This record gives sequence, C-alpha cells and structure tokens, in this order.
Amino acid sequence: MNLGPHADFIVAAYAVTAFVVAAMIAWVTLDHSAQRRILGDLEERGVTRRSQRGEP
Amino acid sequence: MAVIDLANPTRFLSLVNRVLPWLALATLIVFVVGLYRAMGAPDDYQQGATVKIMFLHVPAAWLGMLGWALMSVAALGTLVWRHPLADVAGKAAAPIGAAFTFICLVTGSLWGRPTWGTYWVWDARLTSVLVLLLLYLGVLALYWTAEDPGRGSRAAAVLTLVGAVNLPIIKFSVDWWNTLHQPASILRMGGSAIDPSILAPLLIMAAAFTLLFFTLLLAAMRNEILRRRVRTMRLMQAREMPA
Repeated sequence: MNLGPHADFIVAAYAVTAFVVAAMIAWVTLDHSAQRRILGDLEERGVTRRSQRGEP
Repeated sequence: MAVIDLANPTRFLSLVNRVLPWLALATLIVFVVGLYRAMGAPDDYQQGATVKIMFLHVPAAWLGMLGWALMSVAALGTLVWRHPLADVAGKAAAPIGAAFTFICLVTGSLWGRPTWGTYWVWDARLTSVLVLLLLYLGVLALYWTAEDPGRGSRAAAVLTLVGAVNLPIIKFSVDWWNTLHQPASILRMGGSAIDPSILAPLLIMAAAFTLLFFTLLLAAMRNEILRRRVRTMRLMQAREMPA
C-alpha cells in the first residue's frame, strides 16, 4: 500500500486515534476493576446497602 | 424485560453485563472489516491517499456531536424527572464524547495541512467544533470538581442544554458562513456526493465507531453505578461508626 508523499500525516492520524481509543478502553477497564475491588472490600467488612439488608 | 425496567440501576447492570461482551465483539469485527476496506479504498483524484484520514475524521465528528445530543436528552432526564440513571448516562458520555471530538480535531488538523496548506484556521466549522470540545471539558470539570455530586450534576445538565445550541451551529456552519472547510458531502439534500468506493468503507468505519461509542458508554455507565454504590456504602459506614 502506497500512502504517497503525505504518508506521515496519515500514519500520525491513525496513531493518535489508536492511542486515544486504547486510552479509553484502558480507562473503563481499570476503573471497573477498581470499583469492583473497593465494593468487595466494603462487603467483606460487613458494609451493605440498605436494599441488600432485606436479602437472606 | 420491559424497557421501563431498565430504569432500575440493578436491572440495568444485569443487562449491561450480558450485552457488553457481545457488543465489544461486534465492535472488533466491524473495525477489522472497516479498516481492511479503508486501507483498500482508492486514492481520491484530488487529495490522493490523504483521503484515508476521512475514515477516522468523519465518524469521530459525528460521534462527538452524537455524544452531546445524548447528554442533552440525559440532562432533561436529570433536570425534569431527576432520574439517577439519566445523570449516570450524562456523566459517562462526557469523557467519551470529548475523546471523539479531540480525535476529530486532531485528525482534521492532520488532514488540513496537506490539503489546505495549514493545520488550523479560525473558520466557523473548526471553531464551533473547538467550542464543543471546550464545552465537554467544562461539563467534565463540573462533574469532577463539585463537592456535592447532586449540585454538580444539575449544573452540568444546565450547561449541557445550553451547549446543545452549538450542535446546529456545527452542522450548518458550512452553509451559513464562508468556510475553508468543505460543505456537507454525505448527509445532504440530493444524496451523498462521495463515490461508492470511498463511501462504503466510510459507512463501515462509522458503524464501527458507533459500536465503540456505545460499548464504552455502557461500560462507563456500569462503572459510574458501581462508584455511586461505593459512595453510598461509605456514607452508611461513616454514619454507623460510633461518635
């Protein structure tokens, strides 16, 4: 594939997009792990939400 | 499950956990097809291979605007019905919409240099999209810095509704003012002006970006619901501690 005389601009555009998309995926993935971990810690310490208290 | 049931955060979480892996897989598949077709698309007779930047720039621009439109609907849900899931949706969509708007501006700039001879010009289209990015950053600042989350959400919702005025300005800026940016060539009266050999990969990439947007949005909404549960549990823990 020949990207012509402006190949640098094309490659830069795809690289920036790939970086931003990867950053967004990393953000939601890491944030999910962090929230699950904190919730697990709180539940281990016996902290429950009001809606969970009625559950057996 | 009725649609109204999804307004319940617990049921919404259950649905997201089931749907998200399939949505992520569909996103990946459509991206692979879209990129394959984009790389195989012919060069434009005027712009040459730089037309390949369009396959990123145009979908990112659409999703930057779609993000704000969704946030505007969510803002109505927050201010009028005070629905917590509407606020969750608005807060989750803001960083994703900002990221797509950023991609739109950067790729547009990288496309502009070889095509127009400049990275940036203060014409109506470019300036109104930059304003959209600044509005996104303003909403994020309100969400992330407010001491009282409820007050921050309401302030962000008001700014979102005010900022919605910018959406028609972006869309019609190329018609209302004399701009360096080209007029609409896809969504216009009389149909697309783009050759099918370039239009087809563009639409596949737009579908891939849209799937990515909704995958990220659902994942971010799930995280936000969990974050609010953490906050509630910490508040209850603090209340139950002996003085």
